[in-house]
Amino acid sequence: MKTRAALVALTASTLLLAACGTTTSTSSAAKSPIVIGVSVSLSGDFSGDGKAILQGYQMWVNDVNKQGGLLGRKVQLKVVDDDSTTQQTLTNYTTLIGTDKVNLVFGPFSSLLTIPAEQIAKRYGYVLLGPAGGAPNVFAEKYKGYAFVQPASVVNNLLTFGQMIDALPAAQRPTTVAYATSNDPFTQPQLPPLQAELTKDGVKSVSYQVFPDETPDLTPEALKIVHSGAQVVVLGTTSVPQVQAFVQTFVQQHYTPKAIIATSGPDQGSQFATAIGAANTEGFLVPSGWTPTANTYQNGKFVREYLAKYGGTANAIPGDAPEAYSVGQIMAQMVAKTHSINNATLIKALHDTTFQTVQGPMKFGPYGAPVGGGTFLVQWQSGATQIVWPTSIQQANFEYPKPNWK
Amino acid sequence: MDLVFGSVVLGILSGGIYALMAVGLTLSFGVLEVINIAQGMLVLVGAYFSFALEHYWHIDPLVGLLVTIPALFLIGYGIEWAFLRPLRQDRVALSILVTYAVALVMEGLIGLWFGDNFVAIHAWYVDAAVDVFGLYIPYIYILGFALAIVLLGAVYLLLYRTKFGAALRATVQNRDAAVLIGIDVQRISTLTFAIATGLTAAGGMLFGATNAFNANSMLDLISRLLMIIILGGMGSMGGALIASLIMLVSVDVVSVVWTPNWSTFAFFVITVVVMVLRPQGLFGAPPARKV
Repeated sequence: MKTRAALVALTASTLLLAACGTTTSTSSAAKSPIVIGVSVSLSGDFSGDGKAILQGYQMWVNDVNKQGGLLGRKVQLKVVDDDSTTQQTLTNYTTLIGTDKVNLVFGPFSSLLTIPAEQIAKRYGYVLLGPAGGAPNVFAEKYKGYAFVQPASVVNNLLTFGQMIDALPAAQRPTTVAYATSNDPFTQPQLPPLQAELTKDGVKSVSYQVFPDETPDLTPEALKIVHSGAQVVVLGTTSVPQVQAFVQTFVQQHYTPKAIIATSGPDQGSQFATAIGAANTEGFLVPSGWTPTANTYQNGKFVREYLAKYGGTANAIPGDAPEAYSVGQIMAQMVAKTHSINNATLIKALHDTTFQTVQGPMKFGPYGAPVGGGTFLVQWQSGATQIVWPTSIQQANFEYPKPNWK
Repeated sequence: MDLVFGSVVLGILSGGIYALMAVGLTLSFGVLEVINIAQGMLVLVGAYFSFALEHYWHIDPLVGLLVTIPALFLIGYGIEWAFLRPLRQDRVALSILVTYAVALVMEGLIGLWFGDNFVAIHAWYVDAAVDVFGLYIPYIYILGFALAIVLLGAVYLLLYRTKFGAALRATVQNRDAAVLIGIDVQRISTLTFAIATGLTAAGGMLFGATNAFNANSMLDLISRLLMIIILGGMGSMGGALIASLIMLVSVDVVSVVWTPNWSTFAFFVITVVVMVLRPQGLFGAPPARKV
C-alpha cells in the first residue's frame, strides 16, 4: 500500500510538472526585469514548431541579457502553452496582458493562432511581433501594432517557384500540376497566386484539393494526385506528418513527379529527413526566408550559438527559430530607437524603420505586412538544403527533374 | 487504377490497423469498466519502442514486436496495479481523469527521452507494394490487416476457448456475481488490461510505420479511437473492428468521390444515425456488455 501511495505521489508530482503550462525563465540579477509574455505551442499539433519558436525567443533573451538587457533592465520571458488551439491562445494573451501585466508580448506560431493573439493585443494596445502569422486574414484585422516578421507575406511565398518553373527551357518545362492544401489560413492562400502564375505560363492544373487540417488519413488525397499523373506537385502542408503522409503514398504507388514543393515540413531540418527517410528528401523544395549561410545581420553568431546550445548541424536548424530570434532583434531595435518600452510609443516606431534581422532587412506596411522583401527557394540536395532560386544568391543549380524516390 | 476501388481497399486495410489500436480501449471498458484515455499514448509508446529498436539497434519492427508486446504488457500491468485497481467507486468517471493523468506523465517522459521531433518507423515493407489491378497495395497495410486478424483471433480464442476467458466473460457480465462464485476479479482485470496494452504495441508499430509522430500526437489519436468504440459499441471487440473499417472507408471514399472537406463529417453523420437508432452502438448489448 505504501509503495502504491509513493508511486501515486511520485506520479502526481511529475504530473504537476508535466502539465504545468507556465514556465518562467528567471533572471537573478535585475530587480525589475522587463517581462515579455509569450504564448507558444508546447503541446498539440504545432508543438514541433512551437518549441522551435521558443528556442529562438530564449536565445535572443540570453543574448540581449548578455549585453545588459533592454534600457539597462534584464529581460525575462513568461511562457505559456497554447496547446495549439485558438481558444487557449485567446485566454493566454488575455491573462498575460490583463492579469500578469507583462511589459511586452511576442507572437505565437501560425497565422491561425496569431489572429486571436492580435485581437487581444489590439484590445490592450500592445505591439505584437509575429514570427509566423502572415496570412491575409491576419492583416485584415488592420491593427497598426502588428508586424509579420518574415521577409514576405505568405500569399507571395510560392511565387518564386512559379518564376523558377517559368525560367526552365521550354522543352523541359512541365505541362501539368496538382495542388493539395490544408485549409489552414497560412497555407491555403499561398496556392491561388501560384496557380494563376503557372496557368499563365501554360502549366495546366489537373487536380486541386483543399483538405481539413485535422484530416486523419491523407491517403485518398495523395491517391488523387497519383491518379492525375501531374508532373509537378504543390503541397500546402502545415506539418511534417502531412508531408510524410503524401510522400509515403507517392513512394508506395511508384509515382515520382518532376518537381515537388511543400509550404511547410521540408523546412524542419533533420526531423523532416527522419520522417520521410533521408534518401527521399532529394529534390524536395520549400520556400524560405532564412538560410544558415546567409550573410545577414548577426546570422553567423545566431547559427554558432544555436549549434552550441542545441547541437546538430546548421542545415537541421528549424526555420522557426531564426524567425523568432528576428522578433527579438526588431524589438531591441525599436526599444533602442525610442528609449521606451511603452507600447504606444513602440507602435509608432514600427512603420518608419528598416530593421536588421538574421533573415535580412525588414520593413513593414501599415498593418504589418512586410514590404519589399521576398522569399527564396531551398532544395534538398545530398542531405542538405541549398538555395536554388533566385540565381543572385543561388548556392546550387535547381535539380530537375527530381530523382526517383528511394 | 480506379480511385474508388483504391480508397475502399486501402480504407479496409488501414481500418484493420485502427482496430488493433482500438481493441485495447474496448477490452478495458468491457472488463474493467474504465475508459482508458491513455490508450492513444500507449499506442505512441508502442510506436516509440518499435522506432527505438529499429533506429538504434536495427531490429526489424515486426521482429521487434517480440520485445514490444511483452514490454507493453508489463506497462499495462503496472498501470492497472498502481492507478486503476484503487478505484472503487465511479470507476468510469474517475478512470477518465486517472488515465488522462497517466497519459500526461507518459507524454512528458517520452518527450524527455525522444525529444519533440517527428519520427517515423522505416522498413522495406513500409514503402514496398504489390500491384493489384493497377493499384499498388503497400505490404505494410497487408501485414497490418493480417496482424489485426491474427491477434484479434487469438484474443477471441482466449475469450471463448479458455477457462480464463470464461472467467473474464463472467466478470464482464457481472463483476459482483463473479466475485461471489469465486472468480479472482482483480487478477482477471489486471491481466486483461495488460493483454489489452500488449496488443496496443502491435497497433503502435503499425501506426508509427504509416504516420510520422511525436509525443504530442496522442490527443488526435485518442479522439479517433473513442469514436470507433462508441460507434462499434463500448466493450465489443467485433464492434471495434467493424467501426474501424466504417470510419476509414467512409472517410476515404467521401474524399475521393466528393471532397476531403466533408470526409470526416460523413463519418460523424453515420455515427449520429447509429446512435439515434442504437444508442449502445453497432454491437453493444445493454445492459450487459459483450466482449
